[in-house]
Amino acid sequence: MRRALSYLALLGYLVFLAFPLIWLLSTALKTPQEMASLDPAWLPRRPTLANFADAFAEQDLVGSALRSLVVATASAVITVVLALPAAYALARHRGAVNRIAIGWVLVSQVFPVILIIIPLFMVLRRFDLVNTLPGLTFVHVTFTLPFALWMLQGYVRAVPRELEEAAAVDGAAKATSIVKIVAPLLAPGVVATLLFAFISSWNEFLFALVVLKDPDIATLPLTLVKFTGAEGVVRLGPLAAASLLATIPSLVFFAAIQRRLKSGLMAGAVKG
Amino acid sequence: MTAAAGAYAPAPPRRPRRTPRRGGGREMFLLMLPALVPVLVFSVGPLLYGIFLAFTDARSGRNAETSFVGLANFGDLLTDGDFWTSFRIGMIWGISVTVLQFLASLGLALLLDRDLRLRGLARVLALVPWAMPPVVIGLMWRLVYHPNAGILNAVLRDAGLLGHNVDWLNDFAIALPAVIVVGVWTGMPQTTVVLLAGLQNVPRELYEAGQVDGAGTWRRFWNITLPQLRPVIVAITSLDFVWNINQFGLVYVLTQGGPGGRTRLPMLFAYEEAFRFGFFGYASTLGVAIVIVVLAVLGLYLWRQMREAN
Repeated sequence: MRRALSYLALLGYLVFLAFPLIWLLSTALKTPQEMASLDPAWLPRRPTLANFADAFAEQDLVGSALRSLVVATASAVITVVLALPAAYALARHRGAVNRIAIGWVLVSQVFPVILIIIPLFMVLRRFDLVNTLPGLTFVHVTFTLPFALWMLQGYVRAVPRELEEAAAVDGAAKATSIVKIVAPLLAPGVVATLLFAFISSWNEFLFALVVLKDPDIATLPLTLVKFTGAEGVVRLGPLAAASLLATIPSLVFFAAIQRRLKSGLMAGAVKG
Repeated sequence: MTAAAGAYAPAPPRRPRRTPRRGGGREMFLLMLPALVPVLVFSVGPLLYGIFLAFTDARSGRNAETSFVGLANFGDLLTDGDFWTSFRIGMIWGISVTVLQFLASLGLALLLDRDLRLRGLARVLALVPWAMPPVVIGLMWRLVYHPNAGILNAVLRDAGLLGHNVDWLNDFAIALPAVIVVGVWTGMPQTTVVLLAGLQNVPRELYEAGQVDGAGTWRRFWNITLPQLRPVIVAITSLDFVWNINQFGLVYVLTQGGPGGRTRLPMLFAYEEAFRFGFFGYASTLGVAIVIVVLAVLGLYLWRQMREAN
């Protein structure tokens, strides 16, 4: 009896979690005629990929995906290049600076973005960077930096200090030991941070909305939202298709890290 | 986006305990320079400037003169009916989403902690919302809620629960609850993962001892699970509350704050003030006011939790 109730509850959760996803997928595969039907069906009667082709053709989806790709890649690389030396220093040198930096990461979570975006917008305007991709990249770097710093210094700490000390005893210079010993061990952490920064930028909406006024240089989230503006029922199919395509990078990222999420690293983070 | 920052990151590995060591100060300082300078110049600086703007009449015009006006903006804010409406909606949204997220996630985490079939599927499904861009989540739910082509109306009509199609996101009374449901759906993964991790850290011996003492399931949950989970619960609900109150993208995509401002969260209000009407100073004041409220609510909550824990 108790077991049956548990299964019933689990089933309820499965339905709640899955049904919007199924509906998105189903809408993406429906023909325009079927979309116009007054009695929507769960599954498409004659599944079609035409919506995907339409999505590419109609709105500047490819162009905005490319722009998102450029901005996300640039901001991920710049963020990590800026954060890595400081992360190393923070992890190896405990003290007031370290505590302040960690505190800053927490504080930056509490403050609403509106308090950051207005001053940044004014800075961008002064340097004529509003409406430019470098401007948006700059804003994304700014925004991702504190958290990337925190992530990276965690990864540096996991590299045993003894390894570096052993290298020093063997006569290796500081730089050598960092390049030859710390760097290879740190590679997975750097990749994770790069991915995190990439996904944050790829998904980001508010800053893009504020910085990019010109529709011709819109990034992917902006283009997707614009889709809904002229919303006839028939256009919902391409919209669903485009949304699915935009989700692929995040899905790949999560597939890559999901084992770590499950295996309790999260537990470690919470227990501190 | 603030929410996303915390949400997407895989947790860094736990640090080994180690005695702090000093020395190499100058070298360290040089290493930190390239990152501290950008953080200071582009993150700390703008934030302080943003707070400063709250005390000015800054406008969006390129050549607009800005002057210091002291607390005038705060005075305007207190007498601004639109602000209070938005503020009330924000609190309803923030608290109900956080509470519902917590309850739903706790239930799911308890189920996932047990040896049930379909558990693997549920775990994967529970992570998917986390992996979706907020804009896509908003669009997806618009398809679900769509008055004519949406599945929700179709299902409810077929079940005989509805006589006519409801326009969920445009109905004055229903829009906010409808948006809250999406908020819960979106935030469940993080909360579930954290609570599940917490559950798995509760020592099994405690349950065995409870069983020996003849405590039933309910009592074991109430007297063992909940107290053991407490620190985790406090941490995740606090974070959820901060993220929810600062939510922007999801609701902007769903309703743009409509109908008639019924879902205009404080951040949407601030965005409109700043980038539609150009009142940079006033929008900053709103931001500062929200920070004060969030800190007050969190402070009270954490203080009460700590007092009860002792």
